[in-house]
Amino acid sequence: MNMKTGTLKQILLITDGCSNQGEDPAAMAALAREQGISVNVIGVMENDTIDEKGLQEIESIALSGGGISQIVYSKQLSHTVQMVTRKAMTQTIQGLVNKELQQILGNSTSMEDLPPDKRGEVMEVVDELGETSKLEVLVLVDTSASMKHKLPTVKDALLDLSLSMNARMGDNKFSVFVFPGKRKDVEKLLDWTPKLEVLTKIFPKLTTGGITPTGPAINEALGYFHKKRSLRGLLSHDDESFFEETV
Amino acid sequence: MMTNHSLRKQCNLLPGSLITGKWNKNPYRIQQELGYGANGIVYLAESNNGQVALKLSDDYSSISSEMNILKSFSKVQGHSLGPSFFEADDWLKNGRPIPFYVMEYIKGEGYSAFIEQKGDSWVGVLMLQLLSSLDELHKQGWAFGDLKPDNLIVTIPAYKIRCIDVGGTTLFGRSIKEFTEFFDRGYWGMGSRKADPQYDLFAVAMIIINSFYPKRFSKKGDGYKQLNEMIKQKKGLHPYSKVLDRAVKGQYQSADEMRHDLLGILNRQPEHKKVEAQSTFQGKKNNNSTSQTRSMRKKRKKKKRGLLETLILAIFVSILYVLYVYNQFL
Repeated sequence: MNMKTGTLKQILLITDGCSNQGEDPAAMAALAREQGISVNVIGVMENDTIDEKGLQEIESIALSGGGISQIVYSKQLSHTVQMVTRKAMTQTIQGLVNKELQQILGNSTSMEDLPPDKRGEVMEVVDELGETSKLEVLVLVDTSASMKHKLPTVKDALLDLSLSMNARMGDNKFSVFVFPGKRKDVEKLLDWTPKLEVLTKIFPKLTTGGITPTGPAINEALGYFHKKRSLRGLLSHDDESFFEETV
Repeated sequence: MMTNHSLRKQCNLLPGSLITGKWNKNPYRIQQELGYGANGIVYLAESNNGQVALKLSDDYSSISSEMNILKSFSKVQGHSLGPSFFEADDWLKNGRPIPFYVMEYIKGEGYSAFIEQKGDSWVGVLMLQLLSSLDELHKQGWAFGDLKPDNLIVTIPAYKIRCIDVGGTTLFGRSIKEFTEFFDRGYWGMGSRKADPQYDLFAVAMIIINSFYPKRFSKKGDGYKQLNEMIKQKKGLHPYSKVLDRAVKGQYQSADEMRHDLLGILNRQPEHKKVEAQSTFQGKKNNNSTSQTRSMRKKRKKKKRGLLETLILAIFVSILYVLYVYNQFL
């Protein structure tokens, strides 16, 4: 097995509140997790706070999506987006490594049970994988009316994300979707690409408004990973599916 | 900044609390909290071997990474920038393990507080020290990464700059994982987030700028233009402007090269001129005194020579006189 060539798949959801249409987003996040895609959620606040219901939804999406959630003021968005993406990568890799450990050392063993020195050695492997793995991030941006004035900040945060991730040794691919779309629940803004700089031109033209169909948006995003995967499946190596099976 | 609230709730350790490791069984008595951040809380503690700094975290991955970095530093001979590593262990709290590690306690004043107290003239000197340490670190193939005043301590009474948080240290060629926007080359649009010597040197430039803008500022538009403008607006920064410009643009090949330029500036700086003038005056004085003694010696030699000359002359004359008298008698 060669974990170095594995691909980490993430959905990054950026929203400022509660969904109000379609399937339960947490259920859709669980569906993603089943297919080896982790779902991270960033809740963007202005000066106000997100209401309790929105807060709960954000937490439960990340929890059932095997990802990380974080509530931030829009000023800190850039720093948080790259940090959350990174942390989620480490978490996924660590999950894999833990699984490996359990296979070798028995069911009850995880990283926490190891003596600190051994833990350090395992962490070296995790860090190494975090640096070299391929990464695919599908960014899902809530463009409901209340997000309108936060969009420039979102754009900056995504540029910053590509700056951080492209400093890694492993390859990256990003794609950007917004919801609600013009006609559909979700609309593709940017196809898989290693660089997000193009967003600078696209983002200012975005129109906002309407409903917040978070669940259906996650579901459709999944389809986009599916298509890619089946295509790649034709030429994929065995180890490529490793990251997808586990987690 | 993401702060760790769950850990805070879990273990708000009061002074006097005792922590004993699950593996090595070494006891540590907590004395006070030194600080807390995204991945943990650092306490001052009393161990069997004196005062230590103890970092608690519930994030196994970040604490293990940090531990690895500290350990690899301990292997680097003569590396004095970060604290030395003592041991790692787990503390069982109500049956649940919380990982911690123990390191050298670096006693001193935070960089910013130190500058505020002692004045701007320390900025350049401390940066010279920092650049020496960085040069050493870079030669081992590492970038410090998260370089900022908050992570720098000036030890007392030696007045030596040290770093207390090495969590951002990264091998060259890899991506910087921990950074603070104001000190980050990527944030200002001046380059990538790949670890290289220039990444750290950019941060050093920003530390100098931060020393004159304690409140810092956020990016607006073109990063380079803005930094230039901010340097222009502070008189105290003017002497540094050339070095800052080169460091910001990533034009220094090594920390040593930047140090050399900084040294040149400090020796020419007007405020330092007085000191320099004094010292050169002293030097001149010394020179004078040595030249004085030298000339005195020469004089003495001359005197001696003169004495000898008169002596020889006198003898010669007296011999002549004796001969004359002798002739007269004959």
